[in-house]
Amino acid sequence: MVARRVVITGIGVLAPGGIGVREFWELLSSGRTATREITHFDASPFRSRVAAEADFLPELHGLTGQEIRRMDRAAQFGVVAAREAVADSGLDLAGLDPYRTGVSIGTGVGAVSSLDKAYRAASDHGRLAAVDHTRAPGDLYDHFVPGSFATEVAWAVGAEGPATVVSTGCTSGIDSVAHAVDLIREGSADVMVTGATDAPITPLTLACFDAIKATTSLNDDPQRASRPFDATRRGFVLGEGAAVFVLEELESARRRGATVYAEVAGYASRSSAFHMTGLRPDGRELAEAITVALDEAHLNPSDLDYVNAHGSGTRQNDAHETAAYKLALGPYAHRTPVSSVKSMIGHSLGSVGSIEIAASVLAMRHHVVPPTANLRTRDPQCDLDYVPLVAREHRTDAVLTVGSGFGGFQSAMVLARPDRSTA
Amino acid sequence: MSARTLVTGIGVAAPSGLGVEDFWAATRIGKNAIGPVTRFDASSYPSRLAGEIHGFEPGEHLPGRLVPQTDRVTQLALVATDCAFEDAGLAPGDLHPCDMGVVTAAGSGGFEFGENELRKLWRQGPKHVSAYQSFAWFYAVNTGQIAVRNDLRGPTGVLVGDQAGGLDALAQARRRLRKGSRLIATGGFDASVCSLGWAAHLAGGHMSTSHEPERAYLPFDEAASGYVPGEGGALIILEDEESAAARGARNVYAEFAGYGATLDPRPGSGREPGLRRAVETALADAGCHPAEVDVVFADGAGVPRLDREEAEAITAVFGPLGVPVTAPKTTTGRIGAGAAPVDVVSAVLAMREGLIPPTTNVEPSPAYDIDLVAVRPRTASVRTALVLARGRGGFNSAVVLRALD
Repeated sequence: MVARRVVITGIGVLAPGGIGVREFWELLSSGRTATREITHFDASPFRSRVAAEADFLPELHGLTGQEIRRMDRAAQFGVVAAREAVADSGLDLAGLDPYRTGVSIGTGVGAVSSLDKAYRAASDHGRLAAVDHTRAPGDLYDHFVPGSFATEVAWAVGAEGPATVVSTGCTSGIDSVAHAVDLIREGSADVMVTGATDAPITPLTLACFDAIKATTSLNDDPQRASRPFDATRRGFVLGEGAAVFVLEELESARRRGATVYAEVAGYASRSSAFHMTGLRPDGRELAEAITVALDEAHLNPSDLDYVNAHGSGTRQNDAHETAAYKLALGPYAHRTPVSSVKSMIGHSLGSVGSIEIAASVLAMRHHVVPPTANLRTRDPQCDLDYVPLVAREHRTDAVLTVGSGFGGFQSAMVLARPDRSTA
Repeated sequence: MSARTLVTGIGVAAPSGLGVEDFWAATRIGKNAIGPVTRFDASSYPSRLAGEIHGFEPGEHLPGRLVPQTDRVTQLALVATDCAFEDAGLAPGDLHPCDMGVVTAAGSGGFEFGENELRKLWRQGPKHVSAYQSFAWFYAVNTGQIAVRNDLRGPTGVLVGDQAGGLDALAQARRRLRKGSRLIATGGFDASVCSLGWAAHLAGGHMSTSHEPERAYLPFDEAASGYVPGEGGALIILEDEESAAARGARNVYAEFAGYGATLDPRPGSGREPGLRRAVETALADAGCHPAEVDVVFADGAGVPRLDREEAEAITAVFGPLGVPVTAPKTTTGRIGAGAAPVDVVSAVLAMREGLIPPTTNVEPSPAYDIDLVAVRPRTASVRTALVLARGRGGFNSAVVLRALD
């Protein structure tokens, strides 16, 4: 049996500095940054006070008052991005068997902002030891268990096939798309609406990353606060947003004359099984994920045109990741452009993996590699070609995108033109 | 691709028993484990019953440094995982760490830990929030901690789909095995018997307000009036058949033979709920005729509308009174992501003993044409079992387990 090949035929993105695919790509290809002082709430008591925020007014994006009240901000992002993706795909989902359309949505921290708000309301700002349930919002259960994100997207697009939320922390956005690919390959669905969403810029999230000094302390220079691979990097900058895709089987996409953005050609996840926040410096598990993903795509390291890095901008990650590339790609680690779009849009935890898949696919579409903004000072531990500051025109037919996160999660995905020659 | 996926180890942390032996001793006779909430002061809430795990001292089972870093749900998950690996008889070195992975389902994550940190944040300020909050609450915590503790460096996964997620995790584990892993630790856990968790359950609108432990959670009973939350879950070791044979696995409980999942249509659509299609898909995946199924472990929502939907789906596939149905979770309450993995444990133990555990406390309503195994266990040859799980938001999942010859 020939395995079904799965391709991306629709894209929706909602990211800081760019709502919709067009604005998103304009931001990335211009090398501008969307990081700024936090405006969502008063961040003055926090150590890190910078984030990449999305200027999102849900009523301008087709959500009804009832939907806005019911859904967490992250769920709203997901639904808006899903609608854009479905419209972009040109698929008439209503004309398909709804049982054959599934949903897989990633999130790292779920409805954390709604839970925070609910806690404040029900505890009278922490004054009550036991919360007063009569002051809690009626939709609290759907924030409590963020499976609701998949339900909301499914309702928005009319899907009744397999549906789930994938929540592997900071690799959720890669792993959710990979899950969707599995379902189409094995025949459990013909179309998958998949991606990830997160809205983690909340006091609780900020406070816990403050406590471990994972987020940047570069508060005085917000637009230059996210500095992946730079010697002066001081941690990541929180972001928010969503990216959602329509996935379908290659032959059926071709039959209907769809725009085929890319094939999801290979994927693997591995656990470093080492520490919840620490990484083994050698990057071996991430390297293995990369190697297995390339094998599945029938590609060699030499076939890669671009590496879309995790590049969070923490001291530990960027060195770990660079080591993993050298292990997995050998000499091609030095010859392939590598960049981190987190330098521009921050790190939106679980959703950023999907946003980076979108960036990778758009790089293929435009043959332009987005840059690593703010990279001005070389770090001897990070000695690859990170495409500093300015986007680069570059023939891009195959891309590796990776994620790495708390809990030891390491994921790698290979995106490629379906008509590429294979190893 | 065609190699079978086998259940070769089980571990359980349930209100009815911590460890398989105690759990099954209680479950096989339908011993009730629902009681008044003790983990927080629930006196001000209309619902005051829970299925709690009593007498669990994490320090007796886990290294001291792990205890302050972890929510109760993770502590329970780690202990159940230890039990499952012991049951699987896996000796160090039997399998390479890269050949073993972990896929779990979560519902609300380390929620009690999160509530405590929210309290510190708003009472005392951001500098009082624990560093451990950065990984103790999120939904991936159990998969991560299980991987670290057991040196599992293969593929990982975390799924959230309310109760149904517990079966979805097992199915994803099977996919990982089919892609070349040799062993996946899988299952699901939930534990949110805390004040904010309670408010969430109450907001859901389906919680029982009965104060009688034997009368509060009565799926398929005329008196059904909601559910009681429980805590815990189960860890299942799934192995590729060849790999299990090669290492001489000592316990082979059953084959994980089939799986299907759907999502209900948007409310008000007038379309049929998705459970029947999920069951049919799982049976087809297992290559199994409905007549071969010896027992159905029902989701048992305890809410009349949902009980009716489930009974109708079962009847549509198996015919009126066509198959024994049971919901042993009446002893524990509904454990979120942990519920269905616990039912999988019950199902494989039912096969082993030849006994269907009862749906304790329930007097079956004549309104449903299902053969509910109520009150008393039933002796029966159980070769094939169907486990159902439904989640808030419309998730439907079904798994077929089959005894090995």
